[in-house]
Amino acid sequence: MKISSRKFADVVVAAPVGRIDHYSAGQLEKTLAPLWEKSGSKNAALVLDFASVEYISSVGLRVLMIAAKQMRANDARIAVAALQPIVAEIFAISRFDRVLDVFPSVRSALEQLSVSALEAFDVA
Amino acid sequence: MKRIRFWGTRGSLPFALTAAMVRKKVITALRGASGRAFTSDTDVEAYVDGLTFPVAGTYGGHTSCVEIETGGSEYVLCDLGSGVRPFGQSALARHGPGSPQTYHFFMSHVHWDHIMGLPFFTPAYIPGNRLRIYGRHPRLEAALRRQQNEPSFPVDFSVLRADIEFVHLKPDTPYDVAGMTVTTKLQLHTGDSYGYRFEGNGRAVVYSTDSEHKLADPRETEGFVDFFKNADLVIFDGMFSLADAISIKEDWGHSSNVVGVELCQMAGVRHLCLFHHDPGADDEAIERVLIDARRLEEITRTGEPMIVTAAYDGLEIEL
Repeated sequence: MKISSRKFADVVVAAPVGRIDHYSAGQLEKTLAPLWEKSGSKNAALVLDFASVEYISSVGLRVLMIAAKQMRANDARIAVAALQPIVAEIFAISRFDRVLDVFPSVRSALEQLSVSALEAFDVA
Repeated sequence: MKRIRFWGTRGSLPFALTAAMVRKKVITALRGASGRAFTSDTDVEAYVDGLTFPVAGTYGGHTSCVEIETGGSEYVLCDLGSGVRPFGQSALARHGPGSPQTYHFFMSHVHWDHIMGLPFFTPAYIPGNRLRIYGRHPRLEAALRRQQNEPSFPVDFSVLRADIEFVHLKPDTPYDVAGMTVTTKLQLHTGDSYGYRFEGNGRAVVYSTDSEHKLADPRETEGFVDFFKNADLVIFDGMFSLADAISIKEDWGHSSNVVGVELCQMAGVRHLCLFHHDPGADDEAIERVLIDARRLEEITRTGEPMIVTAAYDGLEIEL
């Protein structure tokens, strides 16, 4: 699984690509763990850009739950953005849309999370 | 195996409809009938049959008890929840008290909701009946005896006059019972629980309740996929939403509709039946769980469609 990341001020935006299933969720966890650890300071945030995620299974959602717990324990925030329709349905069915903040786009997530990150995003 | 009959489908605690819940169903049904003309009972029944299940029916209230109708003369059931009481009444009505029968019970575990029906299982009090109670818990017999001790119950276990035998099953060992081959699987639940796979007449049914899936270990997933492999029916603990099952209700020992769909899809299961409904969920909430599971199956399907249902007291599934 390919996962890229960018930093905008105090917000890290990570963008996985493809299917997050029983086979690839472990790699997602290994890749995201350093990011949520780095983002784990107060007022920092991690945005998961899901624009290129086609599917996520329960194992993948478990990784997001771990990330959310870690971030919140550090008073940091986590959000998910740009869900494809199928993935949005899976979030609703699993009730993860009640656990994580979900935004229609990365920009709309940054609008809520950090003014400085939004400025950096708009400049980039 | 011919069919599966559900006598108790609720998790943790029996659930009773309240007067307010019945009133709400009646109001909804009457609103829907506004302006219609019913000229016969057939018209009325056709209208009722067209209502949604949460309006015209109920998922019900007894705790776990599932009958496997083998086509033979002996009865086979999973668990002794409160649903075994109406099962016992039905068996007595069919045979009368003077016709001894054999009853095989496969116990997932000995938590209260899975054993509470035995003191109310009338055939257990009748000499000549044979009860064979199977399980892997070392304290299976003690747990069943203890619930009838003073001061918890007025009738001691020793008053049961049927021929009762406890059969302790070993892991990784298939057993032949009532014309079926039965295998067990250890499941994650406080104090352990066990799933059962029943095979006979070219059919396979899995009873897997009170089973939490941690999802972190691929070997655990593969183990359940093997256990469920190509089953005609999997009766699955779908008590919580996935989000609840892995957050605020983690380690409560239960699973979700989402994990049920995923495991059964991987295993090539023909029919998934959600079971052990949350006693905090009303009929509308359970219906949403079912609709969500069906939709998940649809949008993630890669092979043949899988039937998805939610068990209710009285449901029969033909195999």
